[in-house]
Amino acid sequence: MNIVVCVKQVPDSAARLAVEGGRVTWGDAPLVLNPWDEYAVEAALVQKEAFGGQVTVISLGGENAREALKTALAMGCDQAFLISDPAMSGADSQAVARVLKAAVLKVGGVDLLFFGRQAIDGDMGVTAPQTARLLGWPMLGLVSVIQKVDPAGHTLSVERTLEEGRQVVESKIPAVLSVSKDIGEPRYPSFMGIRKASRAEILIWTLADLGTAAPASYVSWPETINPPAREVTSEIISGSNPQEIAQNLVEKIFEEKVL
Amino acid sequence: MSAKKILVYIDQFKGTALPASWESFGAARVLGGSVLALAIGPDAKKVAEQSFELGAEAAFYCEDTSLADYRPEPYASLVSKVAREQDVDVLLLPTTTRGRELAAMASIDLNTGVIPDATMLEEKDGKILATRPVYAGKLLSKAVCAARPQIITTRVRAFKKPEPDPALSGTASAVEPAMLEADIATRVTGYTEAGGGVSLTDANVIVSGGRGVSNNPRLAPPAGMDEKQGEVWRAQQGFKLVGELASTLGAAMGASRAAVDAGYIPYAHQVGQTGKVVSPDLYIACGISGAIQHLAGMRTSKVIVAINKDADAPIFKLARFGVVGDLYEILPALTEAFRLKLGK
Repeated sequence: MNIVVCVKQVPDSAARLAVEGGRVTWGDAPLVLNPWDEYAVEAALVQKEAFGGQVTVISLGGENAREALKTALAMGCDQAFLISDPAMSGADSQAVARVLKAAVLKVGGVDLLFFGRQAIDGDMGVTAPQTARLLGWPMLGLVSVIQKVDPAGHTLSVERTLEEGRQVVESKIPAVLSVSKDIGEPRYPSFMGIRKASRAEILIWTLADLGTAAPASYVSWPETINPPAREVTSEIISGSNPQEIAQNLVEKIFEEKVL
Repeated sequence: MSAKKILVYIDQFKGTALPASWESFGAARVLGGSVLALAIGPDAKKVAEQSFELGAEAAFYCEDTSLADYRPEPYASLVSKVAREQDVDVLLLPTTTRGRELAAMASIDLNTGVIPDATMLEEKDGKILATRPVYAGKLLSKAVCAARPQIITTRVRAFKKPEPDPALSGTASAVEPAMLEADIATRVTGYTEAGGGVSLTDANVIVSGGRGVSNNPRLAPPAGMDEKQGEVWRAQQGFKLVGELASTLGAAMGASRAAVDAGYIPYAHQVGQTGKVVSPDLYIACGISGAIQHLAGMRTSKVIVAINKDADAPIFKLARFGVVGDLYEILPALTEAFRLKLGK
């Protein structure tokens, strides 16, 4: 089974974000492997353990995006590539998807392509379906369970999460999967894994290496702002016993006219 | 400038539109222009015609058997085909699972960009400037798409469904599917049951529990449980109280990441940066201290109520009303008080 996982490096979810002087800052919070992508790495490793083969992890970003790839290697991925090219600065999601498509084709013979459900920085959640569309592979979005995989028959079946419940889908391979948190807790990197990852070389691919020019971007972000401060007048509700407190709270909530 | 032509995709399941679909017509009204609607799947005609009283002048539908179940490829091909044939300026979809996916795929077909999850739309230099939350709402980003059509998905509960006007009418036309069954690489073989209850993202009221719901030393777990099992058992007793309040209010039940990670409640209930981002009219947080990643997922709720033992818990800073106390005592009293007040 030849598997690729696309990942992104993002500020940690505990980071305090702010816009200062027009730039997004996150203080001294670490940059980490996007938490949703950890589930994608986990799902990929489970398939490799079941069927053999290799897991390649790919990221697109600045040269400092190596750390996210090292985490994926430490978890057990076999090789990592960082697509880094100044021409991709400010690229929109469909431009990123076009480059990821080129990278997946360069890896070659890929059976399964995994993504996390979205990156916790941009919260877009569109790169996986865009890449699937470009490759012409079926898109299996928000997969919560991989039921069975038949590498010889080139099929798999999954449960994907929709608003109404789970839909069971049978698909041809190759396919693109984005996974939800229900897929299973990501493993912690092992001690051996961390040692291996720290010595591993992460190869850089430029757009020229992928044989592609920078795709046109259509979406731009003229401005990022701090959300308006929440104006709350807090009131602590008290009473001589729980019943009285509850009574007072119910009256107050009704005065707000939200029920 | 000339009037815009807007196509709204109605996301539906088995003949019932998701409420967020109608909100997209509210977003279309904000933009102004002529509004077209598209519905795909079983009973699509009936669903499509419901858009007339919300301002659609024409509606397209396709009930072909190849589209009986949602599959992204044939659905996206049809959305793109109608957008292309009608030569629309804007394609609006609700930010549901299907809406986001179809928007992304249509952006490739139509060689344009996509702006998912907009909470506000305004016009600037003939283009639409969309405001959307990033970093789970810790920041807001303004985005604009230079290519046409501009594809935007509207965040659930960010726009109001227009007031229906029964005097309005339009024409419904059937469209042919854009893909042959033989060319579709997937097959839907069934559905498994949904969790039931009120959906978190659509809910007007949410009652959530956190790590604190297990914090009741007076409750003795059944014999034979180890420490961890006892903790989960205690938490389940706590979540029962949360659930009783929720059902009294017709509310959805939420949880913090700490509660989900500790195994108290399934992930589907998680509110926060790595769970669901919600914006109800009333959010009651029980035993939730208020980690940044949780606050990011519910900070835009209209009225926040916090019940927590710890008076210094950060959640109180965001709360309109706070109760410093034991949720095991407060919640049953609160459920009872609401029952009386609501006459239930």
